[in-house]
Amino acid sequence: MVRSLEELKKRYSYGGSVKPLPMRGGPGGRGGRGGRRAVSGEKGKTVSRLLSYLGAYKYRFIAVFICLFLSTGASLIGSYMQKPIIDRVAGTVSGKSEFGDKAITKVVEILSPLTGGLGLSENAVYLLSGIVMLAFIYIVAMVCTYIQSKLLIGISQGAIRTMRNDLFAKVQTLPLRFHDQTTTGETMSRFTNDIDNIGVMFDSTAVSLVSGVVTLIGTFLLMLYVNPLLTLVTVVFIPVFTLGGSKLAKKSSTYYKAQQAALGSVNGYIEEFVAGQKVVKVFNHEDECIEEFRLLNNELKDKQTKAMFFGGIMGPVMGNISKMSYAITAGLGGVLCYLTLTGEIGAASMMALTIGGLTVFVQYANQFARPINEISMQMSNIFSALAGAERVFKIMDLDPETPDDPDASDMQPEGIKGHVVLDDVSFGYLPDKTVLKHISLYAKPGQKIALVGSTGAGKTTITNLLNRFYDIQSGSITIDGVDIKKIKRSVLRQNIAMVLQDTHLFTATVRENIRYGRPDATDKEVEEAAKTAYAHSFIMRLENGYDTMIEGDGANLSQGQRQLLNIARAALSKAPILVLDEATSSVDTRTERHIEKGMDAIMEDRTTFVIAHRLSTVRNANAIMVLEHGEIIERGDHDELLAKGGRYYELYTGLKELD
Amino acid sequence: MVKWSKYVKPYTSAFILGPLCMIVEVLGEVVLPKMLGSIINSGVGSDVAAGKGTAFIIMMAVLMAVTAVLMLLGGVGGAYFGAKGSVGFASDLRMDAYTKIQSFSFANIDKFHTGSLVTRLTNDITQLQNFVNMLLRMFLRTPGMLIGAIIMAVSINPRLSCVLLLVLPVIFIVIYVVVFVGFPRFSKMQVKIDALNTTVQENLTNVRVVKSFVSEDRENAKFNKASGELKDAGLSAMNVMIIMQPFMMLVMNATVLTVLWFGGNQVIDFINGKLGMEPGDLSAFLTYINQILMSLLMVTVLFVQSSRAIASGRRVSEVIKEEPDINDIAAAYKDKEIEKGEIRFENVSFRYYKNSADKVLDNINFTIDAGTTVGIVGSTGCGKTTLVSLIPRLYDTDEGAVYIDGVNVRDYGLVSLRDGIGMVLQKNVLFSGSVEDNLRWGDGDASDEEVKKAAEYAQADGFITEMDGGYAADIVQGGQNVSGGQKQRLCIARALLKKPKILILDDSTSAVDTATEARIRQSFRDDLKDSTKIIIAQRISSVIEADKIVVMNDGRITGIGTHDELLKSNEEYREIYYSQTDGRKV
Repeated sequence: MVRSLEELKKRYSYGGSVKPLPMRGGPGGRGGRGGRRAVSGEKGKTVSRLLSYLGAYKYRFIAVFICLFLSTGASLIGSYMQKPIIDRVAGTVSGKSEFGDKAITKVVEILSPLTGGLGLSENAVYLLSGIVMLAFIYIVAMVCTYIQSKLLIGISQGAIRTMRNDLFAKVQTLPLRFHDQTTTGETMSRFTNDIDNIGVMFDSTAVSLVSGVVTLIGTFLLMLYVNPLLTLVTVVFIPVFTLGGSKLAKKSSTYYKAQQAALGSVNGYIEEFVAGQKVVKVFNHEDECIEEFRLLNNELKDKQTKAMFFGGIMGPVMGNISKMSYAITAGLGGVLCYLTLTGEIGAASMMALTIGGLTVFVQYANQFARPINEISMQMSNIFSALAGAERVFKIMDLDPETPDDPDASDMQPEGIKGHVVLDDVSFGYLPDKTVLKHISLYAKPGQKIALVGSTGAGKTTITNLLNRFYDIQSGSITIDGVDIKKIKRSVLRQNIAMVLQDTHLFTATVRENIRYGRPDATDKEVEEAAKTAYAHSFIMRLENGYDTMIEGDGANLSQGQRQLLNIARAALSKAPILVLDEATSSVDTRTERHIEKGMDAIMEDRTTFVIAHRLSTVRNANAIMVLEHGEIIERGDHDELLAKGGRYYELYTGLKELD
Repeated sequence: MVKWSKYVKPYTSAFILGPLCMIVEVLGEVVLPKMLGSIINSGVGSDVAAGKGTAFIIMMAVLMAVTAVLMLLGGVGGAYFGAKGSVGFASDLRMDAYTKIQSFSFANIDKFHTGSLVTRLTNDITQLQNFVNMLLRMFLRTPGMLIGAIIMAVSINPRLSCVLLLVLPVIFIVIYVVVFVGFPRFSKMQVKIDALNTTVQENLTNVRVVKSFVSEDRENAKFNKASGELKDAGLSAMNVMIIMQPFMMLVMNATVLTVLWFGGNQVIDFINGKLGMEPGDLSAFLTYINQILMSLLMVTVLFVQSSRAIASGRRVSEVIKEEPDINDIAAAYKDKEIEKGEIRFENVSFRYYKNSADKVLDNINFTIDAGTTVGIVGSTGCGKTTLVSLIPRLYDTDEGAVYIDGVNVRDYGLVSLRDGIGMVLQKNVLFSGSVEDNLRWGDGDASDEEVKKAAEYAQADGFITEMDGGYAADIVQGGQNVSGGQKQRLCIARALLKKPKILILDDSTSAVDTATEARIRQSFRDDLKDSTKIIIAQRISSVIEADKIVVMNDGRITGIGTHDELLKSNEEYREIYYSQTDGRKV
């Protein structure tokens, strides 16, 4: 059963699966609807903020621009200097006095003590002096270019590094809400694409833009200086360039968007079906997949050909229009030149043109399109960099976790006994959608409290409130009688060890991963913890034991083994409060039995909150809370609840689905 | 590497016409300076008497304009054929790679990892497409320009052209340096980029761990280190380019000045009536020198680009060249269908990595009678999933063989083998589409009643009809909008619709409550009497009524029997049973 192209396009539409990111502080945050106007008004602010990153390099940046002006100016003058030289060697010296000729004459004077003995003709001496002067100009240009790029790359790499570090540090302070609402891929692309684009702008766009503008103006002035009439003819082409350029750019961006949409569909399809490839095989569904893919792929081919064509003709069209202006100036210039030579145009006239003048002028005409092209190309770079910067700054402007209370206490772990009380706690991830309603419970030091109930009942939410991953909206949570809002966040979290169901590992050795919570733990302590968590034996069977590198999120370990490592992590911690959120869900029942003793040791003397799917794990809890729709509907110990014959009984005996 | 020519062939005309169009542009590029030179030489003339006058000048100018128009056409044509050729090439390549993946066995898929397959099909092929496009447009243009300009330069003034002999070796050294010093630095930079990305990604996915262990500062330090290393690697790579740039300028300018000196003197001679060079020729010559140097620079860029494309090409090529390690070429009875569903394992051993010492399955021998129900239990990693995967040949045995109805599974055609087996994978996937779309994977031609029936057997009909839209309700990618238990029941229904002779459930009811599970088992007994059913389960209650239960440990079978028999005879089974019941009767 092959679906139609229309249906496939709809389903795998570009960005279709990506939810829009709320602008500030999550849903209900402020400024969610800035609108187009506000965004464009922020452009200026974005630019000044970007510049602030360059602020540290102010003097170096000034040096860059001085070098830039010098090198651009030098190459402009260098190209002009060919005129007097050619005129002199070709014997068509113009009647007008002009600066190039004067400058070279000066050099001839300076060099005369040296050139005197060479026995060269007067013209040859002039030629040599011109070349010496050009060499000087070229060397200036070269040195300036080198200094400029050397400085610039240092500036841009440094600024980008600072920005990257700032962004990362900022992300560390963001509340969990941000991470809930933003996919990893999305945040990643701030670090990769967006910062890359800004980097491109720092190290090439600004410079190309300035040098493009300087070259454009300089060339224009020199053209005017050489021959105003010809300049006029060239100028006529400018609207052709800009108009044609922007028309083409518009067209190509339309096709580019269509191509991106088609590419998005193809990528979306590939992602879904390659991930489900094993199911495809089990159902002999390969042919259908190939047919559907063919439809999408052909669509992409069509769109891509168009996009690439329109993107590709930009260069040749602009370049060759400029060749036309080259041809026309060559013809008209040739005629002017001829008439100047025959004397029909007075040598001192504005129209007069020499062979040297003609030579440099046609070069200018030929290159005139280049800076225009360059500038228009850089504009698109600037826009994507600015858009990237806006996205980066948007993250930097997000509100971090609310700061600690100024007189928050920093209780020490030895000081905390672990008496936890939740009093009439209500909470919702969204203000209008309450997830927990009037929850009250307490745990005395060393007690084990189990939270049971179906998915979405609010079990994990309760544990997330304990360590202030989220702040409650009403009610209070206290530890040893102190409101957790009055405890420094870092202290609070150091006192609560968590073992999460979906814990991922870091690219580091097994040892480092276990030690993650307590970097100062000794090797012996690490191994003890691993033994407690029943992880020692499988670790020893790994290639390098505790020094085995875990890569790609521990792809070489089973889910159960990864959970054991996490338990070891918690075993190493000295926190008086422990949260086990489905900590052994992927460990098989027999292994679970084996680690029971270890778990008991870990839980000893700690206040423990346990969330478990398998009810056998929670039987020996001091109290079991059965949650449903954010409320505690039953509470008591195992025997009491069974005797009651309520929801817990149903769950325990398997009459009710837990998921 | 694969035979790339296969992907060029359908677009041969574009691959020929594209470069030809570019040749038009190159020819124009090469003749224009000469024409300008002749305007200066013959039209203007250094003395008035020699000048051919305005008519000649205007004629040449018109010729130049016509050339420019031709160049424009050539350029546009080049862009057209370039786009057609490169997009076509990439599109066919993508199609082929995707088709190839469809023929992959599970082992092939495992080898590449899903993520890497996706990047190969997307980024890498795009990279190749851009390269081919550039190739089509620059391939003849750059060398054409180089050769054309050299010919013109030599034809104008062979003596002066000797300068090139001095310059070219220097330029080649520069290119060499860029390629051999620059490349490794750029690839090192790429490594640092990857490392930085890994750091960010791990930090983001582990955000809860980071926060709960209050290790933000350490994470910052880790990132700053990676970030600093990337900066250093970036600087070291860029430095090659930064040094090259002024060096190239030096070489080019020195060349121009040398030409200007010798050429200038020749022009002076010419003007003085001696043998020499005309002024227009000097300007043309200078232009050609410039073109030669520019195209050499372009060659450097081509080198840089191609190194990336070669890496992508290799990665795509690996996919296309990968031979599916399971096929039915040697099958003896290709059209044979599974009739009864009797399964026999004979001395079966298996390991995932051919050189690893650990056997995942070690000398397995047992028979499953047609139409019976068999349960398989054992701890994680003991080989249960691997064992059942051998039946539909998702993997092939290393030693021994699996027989269905007395015929080695390798002798069945793959399609008819898998058509006869309904398998519900442990890590199962629903696809985005309607509920019905998903169910019909089992049988595209099934009637609506049949679809409903299968859903009923799997105890899924109830919640489906309660969904908004019923059977037409939308399932989002990965089936995130249905609960785990519902997802498992949909997957079972999908497999039932195949009306398989053999049904395999790999831990497929773990999230379904025991009461519903019992009803599913009941309908298996009532409605799938003729099918052989294999059930892998964590919960003993799921297999307790099976005709036979297989207990596995560490790749071996430690016991086969009914629940009561095993409870008496098998220590392992008892342990599992008591770990779940604590002695309480199920």
